[in-house]
Amino acid sequence: MSETVLDAGEPANAPAAHRRITLRPPRAKSKLASSFHTPWWHRAAERTIAVFALAAIAAIALIFIFIAREALPMLWEAEFAEEVALRDLFVPKQWHGYEDPVFVWQPVGEPAKFNVVPLFIGSLKVTLLAMLMSVPLGIGCAMFVALYAPRAVREVVKPIIELLAGIPSVVLGFFALMVLASWAQATFGFRFRLNAVVAAIGLALTIVPVIFTISEDAIQSVPKTLTEAALALGARKYQVALRVVLPAAIPGIAAGVVLGFGRAVGETMIVLMASGNAAVMELFDFSTSVRTVTATIAAELGEVAQGDPHWRVLFLLGVMLFAVTFVLNIVGDIAIRRLQKRLTATS
Amino acid sequence: MLRARQNHWVFLALAATLAVAGCTSGKRADGGESSPRGADSTLTIKGSDTMVILAQKWAQAFMDANPGKVLQVSGGGSGTGVAALINGTADLANASRPIKDKERKQLTKRRGVDASEFRVALDSLAVYVPAANGIEALTIPQLKKIFRGQTTNWKDVGGEDMRIVLYSRENNSGTYAYFKEHVLDNEDFAATAQTLPGTAAVIHAVSKDKGGIGYGGIAYAEGVRTVKVAAEGSDPVEPTMENATSGKYPLSRFLNIYSAGEASGLAKEYLDFVLSDEGQKVVEGVGYYPLPKEAK
Repeated sequence: MSETVLDAGEPANAPAAHRRITLRPPRAKSKLASSFHTPWWHRAAERTIAVFALAAIAAIALIFIFIAREALPMLWEAEFAEEVALRDLFVPKQWHGYEDPVFVWQPVGEPAKFNVVPLFIGSLKVTLLAMLMSVPLGIGCAMFVALYAPRAVREVVKPIIELLAGIPSVVLGFFALMVLASWAQATFGFRFRLNAVVAAIGLALTIVPVIFTISEDAIQSVPKTLTEAALALGARKYQVALRVVLPAAIPGIAAGVVLGFGRAVGETMIVLMASGNAAVMELFDFSTSVRTVTATIAAELGEVAQGDPHWRVLFLLGVMLFAVTFVLNIVGDIAIRRLQKRLTATS
Repeated sequence: MLRARQNHWVFLALAATLAVAGCTSGKRADGGESSPRGADSTLTIKGSDTMVILAQKWAQAFMDANPGKVLQVSGGGSGTGVAALINGTADLANASRPIKDKERKQLTKRRGVDASEFRVALDSLAVYVPAANGIEALTIPQLKKIFRGQTTNWKDVGGEDMRIVLYSRENNSGTYAYFKEHVLDNEDFAATAQTLPGTAAVIHAVSKDKGGIGYGGIAYAEGVRTVKVAAEGSDPVEPTMENATSGKYPLSRFLNIYSAGEASGLAKEYLDFVLSDEGQKVVEGVGYYPLPKEAK
């Protein structure tokens, strides 16, 4: 063990970032220490781990490149230009047989109409609605379980919510399609049985456990000293929860929300089954059917011949979806870091 | 994300991997010319969801009669099947619509052969409403207006005062393409038409929706009612076998199987079986109509 040296002088409970194990020989060259070399298997192990870590990054980059390579030829291919004008992908156009310029996704037809806006609006609507349901629910559950629930309740509730994350989304989709949709229509009187709200409820079921698990961890890891200090100062329990614990746990909670959002945008099966998949261009009416980007790719990619304009547009959708989640994750990451810094600076 | 700034080599390594991968896979992308995977004893059949049950029954009967041969049947839609034929991942494509010129060209470009068409059964495309809907018959122009989204209430076509909710199929469906061509004159479906995967899903949805209307292959009509359909200027006709065979019912169509080039080997054997009396008996068992004598 003498060749691996724990950085000395740090208290044992120092923040994780400082408690690093260095694998270099110690600087103070005692005769004894310098006579040891790092055994080769240590270095081999290090390399292997590094390769594994890089493989994950490489996989992501490769996926992106593959998708982009299928989409990009739309910029110069004659076959594509013949059938589709690039601007028609994003701006409304007055097609033959329509009274006004419209955003319309009708990829099979003469001419094919590939406007991606209704699809992104569909994705956005379902995602926002699902977040609106699952963020308060997830955080509320987390606070209850971490701060209020007696031990016995906690032991039961926590695994059950986490179990929810283990349900395959196709099962949730099926449930939403068969049961939830009928219930929602009977209760709210929706005109369309399958709609954004039904899909969002189904989605929320998958996101709640994500937000719950991460938020609960974050709340648990708020130092007891903070709560105890607040309680000692005479704060009530709810004041401690809302004013002390919640702000201190915010970076972790935010991470959970970002992760949940990513999951919601990318979720396919539930929306494919429960949203009705009509590409309706409607911003505010949540009771209409929606067609999301993911569902469109899933439903249509199997059909098209490779290299067809339709194929290219579907890959463009993939690129855009990838970009959206990627940017979102980075922005979320930066925001969380800032929050963390601010919190550690003041505490 | 990546904490260590000094690890530039990480990115270098990454870039190198990507460059290598990019080059190698660039070459492979258009190399899909290998002959259909089927050796002599396996056959991959893909395509129309309308035909998937029928094709499975055929395949089962064929495999029972020819032990040792393996037929793999899957659905996904007529477009999916033809695309698979073009991409070389299927030996035969089931299609509930005729192949498009564009697809023929793509097949010739990719595989260097023309598509061979085999008509294998007759189907009536039925228009479904929930059992509780009292509407008796609809004309083709009425159907067009309904599915274009121009008629939005059942009372405008002689029904109750109730909003119409449209159920359609995914756009890779041959049923979708057929309906679009023969009912909508190739105009677009209303944006509000919900697209469902498979006729069974459409029927299920229609049966649960009081204002619903949908369409699909006749063999699936359970729990819903089929509406009589009238061509412009003629009487409403029920989608029965006689009316389909005689051509009176305006929405009857052939179900087809396509092969890339002349069918040979196992594919040929299978097609012969499909067109035999035995094969045509299977058609009736599933709920479609056998080919009329003159179409064989």
